[in-house]
Amino acid sequence: MNPMVTRLEGEAPEIQVSLDILKRGAYVAPIIIAVCAVFAGMNGAFSALYGIAIVLVNFLFAAGLVAFTARISLGLMMGAVLFGYLVRLGLIFLAVILVRDASWISLTALGLTIIVTHLGLLVWEMRFVAASLAFPGLKPRK
Amino acid sequence: MEAFVHIAAAAGLTGDEAKAASAAGSAGFAYGLAAIGPGIGIGYLVGKSVEAMARQPEAAGMVRTTMFLGIAFTEALALIGFVVFILIGL
Repeated sequence: MNPMVTRLEGEAPEIQVSLDILKRGAYVAPIIIAVCAVFAGMNGAFSALYGIAIVLVNFLFAAGLVAFTARISLGLMMGAVLFGYLVRLGLIFLAVILVRDASWISLTALGLTIIVTHLGLLVWEMRFVAASLAFPGLKPRK
Repeated sequence: MEAFVHIAAAAGLTGDEAKAASAAGSAGFAYGLAAIGPGIGIGYLVGKSVEAMARQPEAAGMVRTTMFLGIAFTEALALIGFVVFILIGL
């Protein structure tokens, strides 16, 4: 089949995955904020909150882009993912540049929160996705 | 790094200013380099996924899920580069 005209209809698994990640992000956010508050005070807590918001919005934006363009064509999806990568990096850059001189920001807490939250949530989600791909009928424990 | 020091000196900056400018320049350069690898990785990953979905549309759901997670993992490399950039050069 020609990928330029093939389109995927039906449920979008990316949206499901990213909503799952959003839910798990809401669970772990208080812990991350508390840890940053201990090490960097209130500035750390606000920075952690901002970092978590950046990561979660980034996931939702990426999933929305894939889900929307896959309904049109696979070729468009590929282009959108590649340009979306650049656009999302630019938006994250902009989001950090805008607050870098704010009185409440701690760049160390913000940076570490972005990495830890992004990787931690992904690994957590992958555990469930891997189980459901290997055993499609299995509903993993929450 | 040396090049940035020379450019800063040519621009008439003092010692500390030149140091800060060269750190910022090097960090930006490193961030640019760090974004290239994930870009190539995501291109390859999505290309192969599209190929798989076009060949077997009935497996598209599984491929899309794996592809999305793969994109996010690859992007983590660029985010690490970005965080190093904001910690060193911003």
